[in-house]
Amino acid sequence: MIYNIPYLAVAALILVGLYGVVFKRNLIKMVIGVTLIESGVNLFLITLGYRKGSTAPIYTSSPGGLMSLPVPQALTLTSIVIGVAVLALMLSFIVYIYRHYKTLDARKIGGEDE
Amino acid sequence: MFFDNLPALAVAVPLFGAFLTPLVSKIGDRARNVFVILVMGLTTTVVFLLVNDVFTNGIQTYVFGGSYQPGETVIRIFFEVDGLSAFMAIIAVVLPLVAVIYSWGFMKKETGLDKYYTLILLMTTGMIGLVLTGDMFNFFVFLEITSISSAALVAFWVNKGKAVDAGFKYIVISTIGALFVLFAIALLYGQYDALNMAVLANSIQYTFLDKMALVLLLVALAMKAGIVPMHMWLPDAYGCAPSSVTLVLIGATQASLYGVFRVVFTLYGRELTTAVNQVSLNVLLSVFIVALALATIVVGVLMALKQSNLKRMIAFAAVAEIGYMILAVGAALSTITVDSNTGVTMLTESGEMALKGGLFHIINDALDIGLLFLVAGAIYYATRETSVNKLGGLARNMKYTTVFFLIGLLAVSGMPPMNGFASKLLIYESTYQINPILAVIAILCSILLLAVFVKVFHSVFLGPKLSVFKDTKEVPKSMLLAMGIIAIVIVFFGIFPELVVNNIVQPAADALTDMLKNGLYVKAVLGVI
Repeated sequence: MIYNIPYLAVAALILVGLYGVVFKRNLIKMVIGVTLIESGVNLFLITLGYRKGSTAPIYTSSPGGLMSLPVPQALTLTSIVIGVAVLALMLSFIVYIYRHYKTLDARKIGGEDE
Repeated sequence: MFFDNLPALAVAVPLFGAFLTPLVSKIGDRARNVFVILVMGLTTTVVFLLVNDVFTNGIQTYVFGGSYQPGETVIRIFFEVDGLSAFMAIIAVVLPLVAVIYSWGFMKKETGLDKYYTLILLMTTGMIGLVLTGDMFNFFVFLEITSISSAALVAFWVNKGKAVDAGFKYIVISTIGALFVLFAIALLYGQYDALNMAVLANSIQYTFLDKMALVLLLVALAMKAGIVPMHMWLPDAYGCAPSSVTLVLIGATQASLYGVFRVVFTLYGRELTTAVNQVSLNVLLSVFIVALALATIVVGVLMALKQSNLKRMIAFAAVAEIGYMILAVGAALSTITVDSNTGVTMLTESGEMALKGGLFHIINDALDIGLLFLVAGAIYYATRETSVNKLGGLARNMKYTTVFFLIGLLAVSGMPPMNGFASKLLIYESTYQINPILAVIAILCSILLLAVFVKVFHSVFLGPKLSVFKDTKEVPKSMLLAMGIIAIVIVFFGIFPELVVNNIVQPAADALTDMLKNGLYVKAVLGVI
């Protein structure tokens, strides 16, 4: 049971994130939802590569024995970097939206005719 | 040296071009435009050489930074180019090329063009990488590159609140989609310890987790391809982006559609005939895809009827056109059967025909809808007006644009002798044999599309000359050239459909059914099946 806690955390993070994106009207809260989903997926990847009692996969300074799998960690790093770019882009969009509409309420933006 | 590294160059050339563009912009506007067109031209040459290589010599594999023999396990960046990848790569490279030629005139008065061209080149990189890669994680990375750069381009006109809103919507949708894809990749990696598509396709077992991964991949990619009921971002994004960007966006949407095909036919290709509760997977998927396709066609056409903004109208027509492609592919899926005597898995003749029609329609849709968007951009450029109700009598001022719109109109509604007729006829014929109701709905909606665009043609181009548009002139030559290229290709495809189907579409259709018959995709990587 105790070993399943990371997976439960993954499910919780993704569900909370989805709730934020779907039901929240504030754009910043939607972005927080997206980053929560991202954290959930990253945590899932890291958990997949971990074995109990293993050391970090750095070959030159390893004491030997069981090592955790480095591939998911490499994937997670890439995914985090992409996540930063996406977050920056979304927040800069929000800055422009706020300048234009003076509100962050998703119901009040984008309704006008061109 | 050059010819050995074509798959890498297809991605590297636009990528380096993108990073050099801001530097070249310091020299001057003209130098930058010429540079970008040259980079796109070079990319097109590389991709066409690669495509030629694939069509003559079969599947090409490429490992970055190392050599590789079939059968070895490699954890590296890995490209695998088969007929389907090559087919999509043609679309992914031709649309941006036309878009940068069009941009020369269309974007002339805008500022911040160095960033604009950088993003277009990055988007091209993402699309080409997306269709060439043979590795699931690379697929995710290229998906994200494409969505980030295209979202920034959708919101290029930041002074319009609506454009930024559309960009925000697009990035939220595509990021969630991409994260679903990553989650599915993790599910597959956790079970099979592999990221390579061919290795995964070889070892996939169709367990409970595989089913979850399949659903996540399909939903995410269908969302990015703009299939109803996940289409709400598409009209906004297509409608608010500059027309040249919309043209490239069509390519990005279709690259996601390529992802759907790759997942269904290659990754799960082995398991398509596996039965779940006495219903085999291909029938299940077929019912699901055809239902979505019919909804997409009907909703797209009906929404197009009630729009008054020209670009939104074309965007809904684009939604409907995507429906036609997946209708054909979904119908083809249902015809997969296992011969009880020989044990050979195969499609019926009408299934093969539907597959060809659906794939042919992908390239035709890119051209037809693309041409209409370029014409809408030209009208906007000349009149600064997007509402159909306020436009009129433009045929007197803009002769060439009128002709191009007429060509696009006939092509999109499937009228002979345009290319849309060729592919839609294949779709009607084959779906009629599979289930007549599908063909009836498809034809009916096609006629409605014709009605939509004839109405537009009448109100925008015909009628008396309006005093407001008395000084309206024909658009610059570069825009006419871009529209002319597409129009010529449309007419050419319409007159010689056999040539295109046999030389470009057939290899792609063979690549789709490859996992059912020969498994060459797996063989190219593992050496054996």
